[in-house]
Amino acid sequence: MDKRNLQKIANEVRKGIILSTHSAKAGHPGGSLSAAEVFTYLYFEEMNVDPGNEKAPDRDRFVLSKGHTAPGLYAALAQKGFFSTDTLSTLRQIGSILQGHPDMKHIPGIDMSSGSLGQGISAAVGMALAAKMDGRSYRTYTLLGDGEIQEGQVWEAAMLAGHHKLDNLVVIVDNNGLQIDGAIDEVCSPYPIDKKFEAFNFHVINVADGNDFDQLQSAFSEARATKGMPTAIVMKTVKGKGVSFMENQVAWHGTAPNDEQYALAMAELEKAGEALCQK
Amino acid sequence: MSEVKKIATRESYGNALVELAGQDDRIVVLDADLAAATKTSTFKKAYPKRFIDCGIAEGNMMGVAAGLACAGKIPFASSFAMFAAGRAFEQVRNSIGYPRLNVKIGATHAGISVGEDGATHQCNEDIALMRTIPGMTIINPADDVEARAAVKAAYAHNGPVYMRFGRLAVPVINDSPNYSFELGKGITLKDGKDLTIIATGLCVSYALEAARRLARDGINARVINIHTIKPLDEELIIRAAKETGKIVTVEEHSVIGGLGSAVCECLSEHCPCRTLRIGVNDVFGESGPAVKLLAKYGLDENGIYTKVKAFL
Repeated sequence: MDKRNLQKIANEVRKGIILSTHSAKAGHPGGSLSAAEVFTYLYFEEMNVDPGNEKAPDRDRFVLSKGHTAPGLYAALAQKGFFSTDTLSTLRQIGSILQGHPDMKHIPGIDMSSGSLGQGISAAVGMALAAKMDGRSYRTYTLLGDGEIQEGQVWEAAMLAGHHKLDNLVVIVDNNGLQIDGAIDEVCSPYPIDKKFEAFNFHVINVADGNDFDQLQSAFSEARATKGMPTAIVMKTVKGKGVSFMENQVAWHGTAPNDEQYALAMAELEKAGEALCQK
Repeated sequence: MSEVKKIATRESYGNALVELAGQDDRIVVLDADLAAATKTSTFKKAYPKRFIDCGIAEGNMMGVAAGLACAGKIPFASSFAMFAAGRAFEQVRNSIGYPRLNVKIGATHAGISVGEDGATHQCNEDIALMRTIPGMTIINPADDVEARAAVKAAYAHNGPVYMRFGRLAVPVINDSPNYSFELGKGITLKDGKDLTIIATGLCVSYALEAARRLARDGINARVINIHTIKPLDEELIIRAAKETGKIVTVEEHSVIGGLGSAVCECLSEHCPCRTLRIGVNDVFGESGPAVKLLAKYGLDENGIYTKVKAFL
């Protein structure tokens, strides 16, 4: 798929994030928006998944370790056709399949329930180990927040992945720089992130702009070509990306847009979508 | 009296895993650097490629087990009860319990019979913790025969199972050819009409001995072995309460949240009667030889006998 089309889909994903969190009057738009490109890239370019055969044994797996950014994943899954985009407006409502955090039991396309930070990466390591044991070729991807890596379990999982040389595993860190209590380097700095993963025997790829599809393509190609060790992609992103008043604002970590903010955000995204069509 | 055969249920766990693994190559075993103690070393030796040592990282081990289950494996995640249920509680709840993944947890070194290691390693809270997780099956076998049957039943059950094993060698009491293990079904080991002693785990053999001693005093105690604490065999327990009027529970676990609590919760709703919970009385354990500790904390034959006499 060409870059323009990926950008269009990412823009639709952003609309889905704004729509669903506005409907829910809750949720986490900031970290969903920062990852809109990587969700899009994974589901439309990188991963071997089929909405018509969502449990195929050889499908690639994705675990959203930073589970609170489910609105971004849900919007991407809906775009891919795992369920209707109409469902997005039911986010966090009683009876909806779209739980506040990913629920593998009810949501088509979700490979693992997640949400308690630090746990998703362990499950991803288990999936990658299973593939190695069975000689299967599927790959496993997991997305972590940069605040999330403060959890010790992340490093327990990283140690095991490095030890087993899981080159079928890609750990992506969404380095948007902000967590609930403020800037990550002011709360409890996890930097240097790349050197930490290197020390855990990962091949590390730094991506200067994780909201740029060319850079994502180059990183994921390099990860695919890496043998004998797992890959960590540490991508610098902008929290709230694509909605100007949300960008780099920690307040948008876990706050839903009100009616007025919703209208503003959607107007901005509509405009961005039109611009992509005209280019 | 001939010498009674004694085997620690952790040994049974390791042996049963090897027996099962030959039938189903989906079975994999995880440990957190305690294979020599949990006896998964037996499995590791037989099936090294299906054994994953996660190192000293129990939280991660539970998550890895969850991922393996997602990919179609049947993982047995093994550690001491303190770390499997205690340290990794939240991982068990969120990564295994909530998605109802087919992960089996083999928790050895439960209770104060850990002995010399002392309070930090004597987990008297694991049943209480695991009972609160929706959909979690909990098995606490009494001896070698039951422990091996429990591992097979856990394997046959689709969903998360917590199995509790001990460090101490305990008498084999279920070696009758008529023995059969059914998940969620208690076993009446001795009939009686004056009271019912409901025991679990290594306390079952002590309860039987105490009942024999009570019989010499003219007290006819029924003895029930509850190997599956969740789901609880409520029917059997309610019937015992109706027929014998008094219920005593015995467990090597805190009196808060374990078998005693489960039985009292059931009876207070369905058949209120006089009850006595024998267990660890909301205190931490201590170092010492296991058998002496069990005596000190009133969980052996003499402790049960004395407390039942006072209760009656």
